[in-house]
Amino acid sequence: METLIGLLVAAPLLGAAVLLCGGRRLDRTGHWIGTALAAASFLLGAVLFADMLGREAEDRTLSQHVFSWIPVGGFQADVAFRLDQLSMTFVLLITGVGTLIHVYSIGYMEHDERRRRFFGYLNLFLAAMLLLVLADNYLLLYAGWEGVGLASYLLIGFWQHKPSAATAAKKAFIVNRVGDIGLSIAIMIMFTTFGTFAFSPVLESVGGTSEGTATAIGLMLLLAACGKSAQVPLQSWLGDAMEGPTPVSALIHAATMVTAGVYLIVRSGAIFDAAPAAQTAVVTVGAVTLLFGAIVGCAKDDIKKALAGSTMSQIGYMVLAAGLGPIGYAFAIMHLVTHGFFKAGLFLGAGSVMHGMNDEVDMRRYGGLRKYMPITFATFGLGYLAIIGFPGLSGFFSKDKIIEAAFAKGGTEGWILGGAALLGAAITAFYMTRVMLMTFFGEERWRNAPTPSPKEPSVEPAAETGGEYEVPHPHESPKSMTVPMIVLAFGSVFAGGLFSWGEAFVHWLEPVVPFEHGHPPVSALTVTAATVVALLIGVGAAWLQYGRKPVPALAPRGSLLTRAARRDLLQDDFNHVVLVKPGEYLTRGLVYLDHKVVDGAVNGTAAAVGGLSGRSRRIQNGYARSYAVSMLGGAAVLVAATLLMRAV
Amino acid sequence: MSFPLLTAVAALPAIGAVATAAVPAARRTAAKWLALAVSLATLVLAAVVAFRFDPGGDRYQLTESHTWIADFGVRYELGVDGIGVALIALTALLIPFVVLAGWHDADPVEEEAAPGRRWRPTQGFFALILAVEAMVVISFAATDVFLFYVFFEAMLIPMYFLIGGFGDRAGARDEAEAAKQRSYAAVKFLLYNLAGGLIMLAAVIGLYAVTADQLGEGTFSLRAIVEARASGELTMAQNTERLLFLGFFLAFAVKAPLWPLHTWLPNAMGESTAPVAVLITAVVDKVGTFAMLRFCLGLFPEASAWATPVVLVLALVSIIYGALLAIGQRDIKRLIAYASISHFGFIILGIFAMTSQGQGGATLYMVNHGISTAALMLVAGFLISRRGSRLIADYGGVQKVAPVLAGTFLIGGLATLSLPGLAPFVSEFLVLVGTFTRYPAAGIVATFGIVLAALYVLVLYQRTMTGPVRPEVERMPDLRKRELAVVAPLIALLVLLGVFPKPLTDIVNPAVEHTLSDVQKTDPDPEVEAAK
Repeated sequence: METLIGLLVAAPLLGAAVLLCGGRRLDRTGHWIGTALAAASFLLGAVLFADMLGREAEDRTLSQHVFSWIPVGGFQADVAFRLDQLSMTFVLLITGVGTLIHVYSIGYMEHDERRRRFFGYLNLFLAAMLLLVLADNYLLLYAGWEGVGLASYLLIGFWQHKPSAATAAKKAFIVNRVGDIGLSIAIMIMFTTFGTFAFSPVLESVGGTSEGTATAIGLMLLLAACGKSAQVPLQSWLGDAMEGPTPVSALIHAATMVTAGVYLIVRSGAIFDAAPAAQTAVVTVGAVTLLFGAIVGCAKDDIKKALAGSTMSQIGYMVLAAGLGPIGYAFAIMHLVTHGFFKAGLFLGAGSVMHGMNDEVDMRRYGGLRKYMPITFATFGLGYLAIIGFPGLSGFFSKDKIIEAAFAKGGTEGWILGGAALLGAAITAFYMTRVMLMTFFGEERWRNAPTPSPKEPSVEPAAETGGEYEVPHPHESPKSMTVPMIVLAFGSVFAGGLFSWGEAFVHWLEPVVPFEHGHPPVSALTVTAATVVALLIGVGAAWLQYGRKPVPALAPRGSLLTRAARRDLLQDDFNHVVLVKPGEYLTRGLVYLDHKVVDGAVNGTAAAVGGLSGRSRRIQNGYARSYAVSMLGGAAVLVAATLLMRAV
Repeated sequence: MSFPLLTAVAALPAIGAVATAAVPAARRTAAKWLALAVSLATLVLAAVVAFRFDPGGDRYQLTESHTWIADFGVRYELGVDGIGVALIALTALLIPFVVLAGWHDADPVEEEAAPGRRWRPTQGFFALILAVEAMVVISFAATDVFLFYVFFEAMLIPMYFLIGGFGDRAGARDEAEAAKQRSYAAVKFLLYNLAGGLIMLAAVIGLYAVTADQLGEGTFSLRAIVEARASGELTMAQNTERLLFLGFFLAFAVKAPLWPLHTWLPNAMGESTAPVAVLITAVVDKVGTFAMLRFCLGLFPEASAWATPVVLVLALVSIIYGALLAIGQRDIKRLIAYASISHFGFIILGIFAMTSQGQGGATLYMVNHGISTAALMLVAGFLISRRGSRLIADYGGVQKVAPVLAGTFLIGGLATLSLPGLAPFVSEFLVLVGTFTRYPAAGIVATFGIVLAALYVLVLYQRTMTGPVRPEVERMPDLRKRELAVVAPLIALLVLLGVFPKPLTDIVNPAVEHTLSDVQKTDPDPEVEAAK
């Protein structure tokens, strides 16, 4: 069985290699090859899962040592895998959702001349992501970590001819690299402290080191998680990442890659348990981000960017839960999985809407679409109910548990965190209802030509139609797209209930992810009731604003907060002023300095040595004779050196 | 006596250089093929060296020793440890690609090619490349300090002509202005390195005087001196040792190049053709860092420890300064040159961290940087030859018209920013870890280099390859077969050494252990004994 683990990674890697090196002759079949290999990986995962279920709960971890990667002195990095309940959960999520999105992309990317390459990148992503969750040591995890970063870079910038896409891709990679500093340093501290960076020995010997060291490692891992999972303060890349094709947004920037930070924290639970200060940092980041993302999500008119804000916010919930320790780890992962279903479904729905609407993303140009795309409406609607936490659906179970755990943290901290999580739930209900109403209900605003606005270039008449407005013909998407949406909708509806049945999910993870029951200061039922009330308030407020009144074709000016939220709460402005501008000045200053000062000094010396540069110009005149002369000159230097020797 | 294998590895390209230069003016193509054949044959010989070398055996192997200048104890003494083997292999590996990539770089322009003219630039170009190869190989194999010095200096001559005599086709630029820039770069290169070399010469003589004084008769033999120091037969006064160390180190720091002695490199790499730029940064400069490891640490262990804090700071400055300058460049080749300065900072950091990961990583870094820079620079050269401009702003949207060129350029760039899975990651991470275990602050500062590297690489890629297609690049052809034959093997090597570097680390590790015992350092122990 162990040998199958390597194949899990190898199958999509092979796909990537074949598709990217195969050339044009694979243009016709490439997408089938890519999809088949993704599916093969899923099947392998299913076989391993069945095998795992056949063994005792304590005896389910499989490990496979493939080869010695970097052996230098005490530094022993291996290519070795570890498949336990935690990584198994991810394997099924990644390959399952991954395969569905491959299928969806067959239809979505049908008219793209570079479809083969798209599937190659998707396969590359799967391989890297599987490497990330299957690695048995932090260095190999790092390889997967950067590998998914590369795939994300390539896919965000897939339409490279668009300058905005190229810029967004670069930004994502660079912001992630800032996070990678954290992972690098964490590994270095581990190696210095423990002489190893493999999971088991590090996590088992955390007790032997000081709290200070554990805190340092924890904070560095948190920095890494912030980069990959778009948490404050490294969140700024995720909104721009929506430049990528929508299936990419669904797979990488919603369901899987962006949750890697949560995986990292939960996997490293023993380190955080030994470092309360680091845990406080984790819950703070989570609580701030869940509100940050939700507020941004309320103000966006671009459907994908609204969903991106939501992703940030939902991952904020997971990070919050992961920072709570054993009372939250399992729920972080549970929410991660249910979120994987409903958010991927929502993004695929958004893609389906765009597909039928000439790639329009502005929700002010939608309206009343439920009649034209009933399947998309139904699946998107179920995803919507799941994410707002409608009782009985997936999101309800997983989010409610996180809110309970937040309160159970205890003390003032517990009240603050629980309150933030509740408030987040209300805002989630608000912005998701807003998306739902603006897209599928109300007036069919797309029938009218867009109102030109000097401030919003996106609603100006498209240049390619020469100013003439072409009314879109919204239609349902082909089967290859709707079937994955239906499957994901099933997950959105039932997964949460299934997982919570007799705490099945918690018990499944328990041998590798420690679990304790949290005890909120008020009864669990009260918390649930409060969550439902928050939900109703959010939905009601959105209905008052977007359901009862018509949606204006142009965004109103809005309050200061709305305007700030439209600009992602000024994150880019902040980065620009604090990092980009000073960096530019520094670079320019140094270029000047290098040229004028360091180099200028040399120029002066050279001139002083005897106008050599003037004389040597003659060397360049192309006559062999002067080459010979200078060759002689060079040789003379050597002779002089030897003579000098004799003189000593 | 066994076959003098190391001499053969150097002699083959030397003879090849003479033969190539002697090819008649009209038979240019024959000269190219001859040069390629010689470089490939040298690669085969280097491979034999690598296979004959036994990592578990003596420190120096395949040794040769003959008297050269008996009066002064100068000997023709060769021998390689694992570090030398790795670098000789790198040199022999890169030269065929340099030759192949520069296939048309020295074709005479029309008036020069006119019948009756006896000017043979093509023959000269390839002969000079082979001459450099021969001298570099001797430098990596020499265990006699004077012998090393002679070739360390001698390689300046062919390099001078390669930089000053052959540039990119001017394209839109003024030919006379280009020639002026070229000549300036060549002279700058020469002056800097000559100055460093002269200081080293004084130190070489000083070393001779010390050995003559203490051992009865003077010697230049590295192995003899190291043995005598270890046994206590030879002791140096503290100040003497430090001065001698500085004399050697300065010469190597110019060649490496270390901040603030770096300014010759961007000029030299910018003005020369891409293959020559590769020769400079990937091959010749490695002699500098190699010599730090072999001569500075071996001959002057105490002074090395004394200088370590300053060297580490200069290395850190190089890493950050080089990367920031790379971000600010407008010229593709100068950008790569500054990136190299940053990378040399990593190499020197690793050497002076004095840990097995640091020095092992530094050695791997020399090899990996050679391959990755060759890949990036040669593709950049192919790009520049198509458009006749080195300015980043003159490109845009290339990936649309030449996807293979853009793809290989991206892979070269990703290697330069040390993406895991490609070879430079292995060496860079080893250097970082090796530095961190002894000097945590230095390790952390150096880690910031990974963000800056991502910036200069991806900004370069974005500005040249993405965005709307510029009218000037619309008809740009994709990589030709010859060009693909250059790039594809380099990329394959980057992947191979990134995923499975063990064959290389197996060769290098024992040599690093020896070097560390020269300076009497051991790796710091972990704080906690980890559970197994």
